[in-house]
Amino acid sequence: MSTVTLRVFRGDSTSSEFRDYKVETAPGMVVLDAIHSIQKNQDPSLACRWNCKAAKCGSCSGEVNGKPKLLCKARIDELPQDQPIVVTPIKTFPVIKDLVTDVSWNYEVAKQIEPLRLADEGSTEPLRMQQIDVDRIQEFRKCIECFLCQDVCHVLRDGQRKDIFFGPRHMVRFASLEMHPLDTADRRPFLKEHAGIGTCNITKCCTEVCPEHIHITDNAIIPLKERVADLFFDPIAKLFRRR
Amino acid sequence: MATTAPKSAESVRTLRTDAWWVQPLLTVLVLTGFIAYATYRTFENNFFLAELTWVNGAWQKSQMYLDGKVGHLLSPFYSPLFLVDWRVMGYYISPAILILPFPLSFRLTCYYYRKAYYRSFFGSPPACAVKGTTKKSYRGEQVFPFVIQNLHRYAFYAAFAFIFILSYDVILSMKYIDGWGISLGTLVLLLNVVLLAGYTFGCHSFRHLIGGKVNCYSCSLANKTKYGLWRKATFLNDRHALFAWTSLFGVAFADLYVRMVCSGVFADPVFVKF
Repeated sequence: MSTVTLRVFRGDSTSSEFRDYKVETAPGMVVLDAIHSIQKNQDPSLACRWNCKAAKCGSCSGEVNGKPKLLCKARIDELPQDQPIVVTPIKTFPVIKDLVTDVSWNYEVAKQIEPLRLADEGSTEPLRMQQIDVDRIQEFRKCIECFLCQDVCHVLRDGQRKDIFFGPRHMVRFASLEMHPLDTADRRPFLKEHAGIGTCNITKCCTEVCPEHIHITDNAIIPLKERVADLFFDPIAKLFRRR
Repeated sequence: MATTAPKSAESVRTLRTDAWWVQPLLTVLVLTGFIAYATYRTFENNFFLAELTWVNGAWQKSQMYLDGKVGHLLSPFYSPLFLVDWRVMGYYISPAILILPFPLSFRLTCYYYRKAYYRSFFGSPPACAVKGTTKKSYRGEQVFPFVIQNLHRYAFYAAFAFIFILSYDVILSMKYIDGWGISLGTLVLLLNVVLLAGYTFGCHSFRHLIGGKVNCYSCSLANKTKYGLWRKATFLNDRHALFAWTSLFGVAFADLYVRMVCSGVFADPVFVKF
């Protein structure tokens, strides 16, 4: 049985260091398995958030060799083993301890998004939708809120502009509501003025890291940008709207 | 267990160990190469129409056209054809200058190319999870000049018109002094139009305008039709990057082909004449 070295981030937002751990590998082993092995056999103080170990809960987000990944989906045998595997917490959010970050900002932001508004809120009739109307928004429902897209977004990660941009995850949420066949709310002014859709410069990193393979940029952000352009940046459309 | 020298993850540009810099580097090389070639050809103001040749300060029918060896083969850089005699300080102004802004603005504001050049030329970011030029003052496309990107649909309208103009050029390329024919040049121009059409009709703005803005596709027959069109545009949109690059190479190759025929590097092989 071979061994691999994991170089793991230890500490919090005030002080930190990397520590090396040698872990015995097994077939099909993922980074989260290796972290569990460290916790069990070497260092029980190592903190890591996880839950399903099946890439569905979005809890174990981290960065492996600098790339945002779910630790439960990052296979050891797909990583170069001639050098230590570097495991760090997601960089965009403050570290609580070791690999655990405080992502509560996302939940505060989510509260600001207007929920589904139906034409007749008081109706007791069942809501009926055709498949062709829900095809498009079903993709957005796959989001597991792992926040890897938020982590990799350079506006939030490098610019730390949480004050002007809600981030890709919330753009997906906006898209699922704006494209909903029964929704009557118009979130475009809010998208432009508060959610900061104009700050996104379409570099598609959010799409690249999404473990659910949601086409965040092409199917959510760009269509939203186009809808905002309809309202604010298209003089001809504006002319027809006034008539 | 061993402890390494403390080193904060914050202090390094990236912890990525792969060759993340290859893709932006290739993008810079290819786009710079294309820009250099397109600029040269724009200002060359010659060898763009096989039918004509520049002799003694005036356009005349070329000998190979008079001999029936070439048709009305026109470079896409100079289409639609403007034969102007404008001079500034003794230098002839190329008609390509009048044409270039339209396809150029379409590509500059294209959502795919934005990704490509923001990454490679602006380093914003150079690659995913690699620290680039994004600062705390970053405003992205909210402010001038990048707010102009929101007018991409108008650039699309021009690009849309060019598909028909270039298609007409394919037909004209079959017109010879003594009849009609199909040559390799015709096929090159046709391939260029097919690639450009794949790129243009996969445009995100077109996809939005053709049906993406609709929320309830099942609500009317018109909306059901829009759904069908949106699906087709989505098929091309999924391949937008592929068409963006192949159409870029396609238009450069079509121009180069016409230039080589016009300058006598080789004769355009004619397959059929009727």
